[in-house]
Amino acid sequence: MIEFLIEAVIKSAIIVLVLLTSFAYITWLERKVLARMQARIGPNRAAPFGLLLPLADGIKLIFKEDTTPLEADKFVYLLAPILAAVPAFIIFAVIPIGDTITLFGRTITLYLTDLNVGLLFIFSITSIGVYGIALAGWSSSNKYALLGGLRATAQMISYELPFSLSVVGVLMMVGSFSLVDIVKAQNSIWFVILQPVAFVIFMICAAAEVNRSPFDLPEAEQELTAGYHTEYSGMKFALFYAAEYIKIVAMSALAVVLFFGGWQGPPIPLIGSIPIIWFVIKVFIFLFAFIWVRATLPRFRYDQLMSLGWKVLLPLALANVVITAIAIVLRDLR
Amino acid sequence: MSMSKRPEKAKPVLAAERAAAEVAAARTGAVRTGAGQGVTLMPDPLDEDLMVLNMGPQHPSTHGVLRLLLELEGETVRTVKPDVGYLHTGIEKTSEYKTFTQDIVMYDRLDYLAPMSNNLVYCLAVEKLMEVDVPPRAQYLRVLLVELTRLASHLVWLGTHALDLAAMSVFLYCFREREIILDIFEMVSGARMMSSYFRIGGLHDDVPAHFNEAVQNILNIMPARIDEYEGLLTKNPIFQERTQGVGVISPQQAIAWGVTGPSLRGSGFNWDLRKAQPYSSYQDFQFDVPLGSHGDVYDRYLVRIEEMRQSVKIVQQALDRMPDGPVITSNRKVSPPPRHELADSMESLIHHFKLWTEGFKAPEGEIYMGIESPRGEVGVYLQGNGTAKPGRVHFRAPSFANLQAMPGMCKGAMVADLVAIIGSIDIVLGDVDR
Repeated sequence: MIEFLIEAVIKSAIIVLVLLTSFAYITWLERKVLARMQARIGPNRAAPFGLLLPLADGIKLIFKEDTTPLEADKFVYLLAPILAAVPAFIIFAVIPIGDTITLFGRTITLYLTDLNVGLLFIFSITSIGVYGIALAGWSSSNKYALLGGLRATAQMISYELPFSLSVVGVLMMVGSFSLVDIVKAQNSIWFVILQPVAFVIFMICAAAEVNRSPFDLPEAEQELTAGYHTEYSGMKFALFYAAEYIKIVAMSALAVVLFFGGWQGPPIPLIGSIPIIWFVIKVFIFLFAFIWVRATLPRFRYDQLMSLGWKVLLPLALANVVITAIAIVLRDLR
Repeated sequence: MSMSKRPEKAKPVLAAERAAAEVAAARTGAVRTGAGQGVTLMPDPLDEDLMVLNMGPQHPSTHGVLRLLLELEGETVRTVKPDVGYLHTGIEKTSEYKTFTQDIVMYDRLDYLAPMSNNLVYCLAVEKLMEVDVPPRAQYLRVLLVELTRLASHLVWLGTHALDLAAMSVFLYCFREREIILDIFEMVSGARMMSSYFRIGGLHDDVPAHFNEAVQNILNIMPARIDEYEGLLTKNPIFQERTQGVGVISPQQAIAWGVTGPSLRGSGFNWDLRKAQPYSSYQDFQFDVPLGSHGDVYDRYLVRIEEMRQSVKIVQQALDRMPDGPVITSNRKVSPPPRHELADSMESLIHHFKLWTEGFKAPEGEIYMGIESPRGEVGVYLQGNGTAKPGRVHFRAPSFANLQAMPGMCKGAMVADLVAIIGSIDIVLGDVDR
């Protein structure tokens, strides 16, 4: 029991530390990649290639004055960034980054827990994050922030349904909510090949989930100055930022687990087969794709996002579920 | 009894009381302008669905210091009231205290994205008033530079318009090309933006040695780069959804509001001063005037994109058929004697001195001159009063007229459409406020 606890605590600590570091360096990666795509140089002052820029950013944000608007709802104002950031971390409790490794004679699983309702858990947790954004917009006592919060709410209602439905096909084929089972079921063939429509719907909704371009309506800087976090500064602002980027990692990881065979992959020449290397590579490809999309696409309008969610994605996702069901029945008949 | 019947004296309103009243008004939702220009919105206090939003003057997408008072129902815009005047410079009035030549410098600062166009219209106006002829080389060089200005200005428009719709890469690509054009301006005038290169009667000086190569360079790369911008936007379904059917204005409405330029042609009305009233030898050039048909943001976008291609064509023609000869009129009434004469001729020296210290006297009279700037018809109304300074200068600014039509375009729009519409009418606040 004690051993289990110690192992869980160590794993949790590692997850949080790795996530915080990766958050910092994904901001660096985004700036660098965006800059390259836009004929710019990007960060290049703090250390070679601007590698210390995330550190400088962190120091700046910590020492920045933390202001609260006079007419803000103080408690909710404080609560909102926490509500936004914490769920982003919790998602990783059930995401398997590898199978098992043997360290110091112990067999260690490369995931915190293999919950038998893992996927349901993720969907419920990510929905909480939206409260952070909506409440931030509401409590700031700022009209732009309010509009941003309202947009976040409308956005969540529009994409949550197709988002959940898009993975139902995968679930039906695996017969389990456990993410470890889902990965193991892709031993021979990745689900992206069997469920391409589901994958496309999933990625569109994932972008909406993390408020990324082209669905970055709640913080549309061209319309709402900074949207829901207009009034936030210092570490509270950093928490929103962290929430966004960690959710990007989470959604990338989820896409890898659900559709791209998770940690599985052939041994790499020269390096050999390091347990998590494939997982990391695949996640990075998705991170890059998120950045690429941001450099390319304009933003949807509020009503267009809703009509896309309800009139296009939802029927498509439903049709996908039905077709998958028929295919499974036909397969079992044979 | 009689005391009470006396009319009560009006109480002097104290500044503090007025401030308190303003605070109270602000609490109840009434918004006043700081400058007291009287642009207010008083929403029905019983209507809980309406929200008054003060967009600007400090806002990332109002292209300067435009202030919009919005009455919102959710995200739907009920009314829009533009409030201008935050960038008032008093340039028109200042013009009356400077000589005709000195005035040129100020007009770069009006429409700061198209300084050459402003210079040109003013120089043409003074030349019309003074009845001065401009040598052909100067006319061709003016056309060439003004069309490059149109290119540079449209690049800023395209970049910011795309950025307003969050297509951020286009913005940086556009500025990359604009930089090359500004280098050409620096080459001829020494300044990247505030060039002040045109003089009354011609140009300040002939173009430098490698001018032709530099212009040919931008002409060679530009068509492919325009394809690149179009590749990111024109067929992009999100961009089409954001712009098609948004901010529609009919040709009748556009004319009624005095809309000119690409914003008018986007509605399908063929009116381009380069064709309608050719100036500076525009009649020598072959080019098409692109027209839209729907009058929405998307058509205005297509019109401007095509105008950029046509500008490339015009510049190429100007470059190929550039005549030789002087670049400033030999009419010594407005142009100084050439430098080499000053060494031998006392009269030339005196004339030169008098021109730069006193300027030249314009006859009494008034004229209007309009040209096609990147934003529309920029016009100068000029009054000569027999002195070396203009009696009155008034600019007919295209941005101002086009901005007036904006509230009409915003009927039933959403907040996100507003920024698309502002971008599509391509205003420059320096031009609006003057």
